[in-house]
Amino acid sequence: MKVLVAVKRVIDYNVKIRVKADHSDVDLTNVKMAMNPFCEIAVEEAVRLKEKGVATEVVAVTVGPKAAQEQLRTALALGADRAIHIETDERAESLAVAKLLAKVVDEEQPGLVILGKQAIDTDNNQTGQMLAALTNLPQGTFASEVAVDGEKVNVTREIDGGLQTVALTLPAIVTTDLRLNEPRYAKLPDIMKAKKKPLDVKTPADYGVEVASKVSLLKVESPAERKGGVKVASVDELIDKLKNEAKVL
Amino acid sequence: MSILVLADLHEGQLAGATAHVVAAAQAIGGDIDILIAGEGVQAAADAAAKLDGVNKVRVADNAVYAHQLAEPMGALLVELSDGYSHVLASASTTGKNVLPRLAALKDVSQLSDVLGVESADTFLRPIYAGNAIATVKSDDALKVITIRTTGFDAVGESGSATIEAVDFVAENSQSSFVKEELAQSDRPELGGAKVVISGGRGMGNGENFKLLDGIADKLGAAIGASRAAVDAGFVPNDMQVGQTGKIVAPDLYIAVGISGAIQHLAGMKDSKVIVAINKDDEAPIFQVADYGLVGDLFEILPELESKL
Repeated sequence: MKVLVAVKRVIDYNVKIRVKADHSDVDLTNVKMAMNPFCEIAVEEAVRLKEKGVATEVVAVTVGPKAAQEQLRTALALGADRAIHIETDERAESLAVAKLLAKVVDEEQPGLVILGKQAIDTDNNQTGQMLAALTNLPQGTFASEVAVDGEKVNVTREIDGGLQTVALTLPAIVTTDLRLNEPRYAKLPDIMKAKKKPLDVKTPADYGVEVASKVSLLKVESPAERKGGVKVASVDELIDKLKNEAKVL
Repeated sequence: MSILVLADLHEGQLAGATAHVVAAAQAIGGDIDILIAGEGVQAAADAAAKLDGVNKVRVADNAVYAHQLAEPMGALLVELSDGYSHVLASASTTGKNVLPRLAALKDVSQLSDVLGVESADTFLRPIYAGNAIATVKSDDALKVITIRTTGFDAVGESGSATIEAVDFVAENSQSSFVKEELAQSDRPELGGAKVVISGGRGMGNGENFKLLDGIADKLGAAIGASRAAVDAGFVPNDMQVGQTGKIVAPDLYIAVGISGAIQHLAGMKDSKVIVAINKDDEAPIFQVADYGLVGDLFEILPELESKL
């Protein structure tokens, strides 16, 4: 079974973001970029499936600018066999990415597609579900466990209030939650080897997909800052403040 | 304009989130219908009909919609969405699971986690874990939106909408429900509680979370946890408050032994009053707390419980 895994280049999760002075967007100049953490978990899961002998080939795919090839090389270093880069400098939103991935699914015919549940920049949490709808495949979102069993896959999902397990026919789309696995780090020899693994470059036009979206970003602002309050000296003072000042007791 | 709201269900009953989503629909303006989909959901439909500002409750009551699996739910929404200008759901794990399918099948974008309405086509939503707020305008014919419920006060329950059955039955041979393990608790649900008390890594172990029980009982509070406490295995992940857990905005939030990582703050900083109890007086949580108490939580918690 072939596994397709989608990755996205985003701002590194440790970077404190700044809004541009003209409020047009978040400032990404000279900011450290990395693979989206949920995508790292997706790559890890795909590689583990290969190590278990369930997957025969792992193909990594991304949609983004030329620099996004760094993230594909990371996926290759982590164990993906080859990569597809769909290059665009446009702001590709979930729907456009899902349409492009649907074309790749059509071409590659994977048994399983694994994506992160959301990217930590736009926080949309849409692409996997949209891909499932467009390819008419079942979905197991927010996965904390993925168990391939013959013609089916059981996916345990993190839902509000607990866990839900669903059985899906294959091929299927899975999106990862944080607790699915702990991604490994790439080793230096693997990073060197990754440079020689095949990486195809395509464009949205090759797939006949229009990237432009009907949603426009009008403005980006910093959220209202919350000011720290006072320190109280004792439990009695705390209860007094909550009763008489904040009036929440 | 007319708006379809997909209701959230909790064990077959109408979940509190829906009253907040109806409030968001009122902010957009237009006729508001609610869709209840599930199996054996008459009680939920009756409850939804009482929500203020609702025109009609549409009920799809069939075994295929039990557990609200994404595939049949997406097909149902596609079938019913004609004629509506907006389809809304809460940004619950159900709303997030189902709505993008509708959007993709209608070839429109989806707006996630909307927390403010500027007009019928312009909305506010958090990006970068709430560290920036984007104003976005949608020119799509159908607007598909998930609502962050903490952004909208719930509507009242003095309405009397009409209830009508939906005949459409989706086919589903692709996915099936296996099991669900839901946390059982007599306490209020985290997302809707007026008071939340959360423990962090400072609690030391899962056993010590019992120190929060007595206080939660006295305050009618829900109990939450930081990601550090969940990752350390103290408590299950459905208790997690934060960017990757529940987003809460209660009247009173009490953070105990929580340092205040950005990922936790993203989940609770819109609370009306924040109290922090921590032994480290430099902990970042104090920068957002209205009232901070520096000290040993193992002494403070029993004292607080006895004096409340």
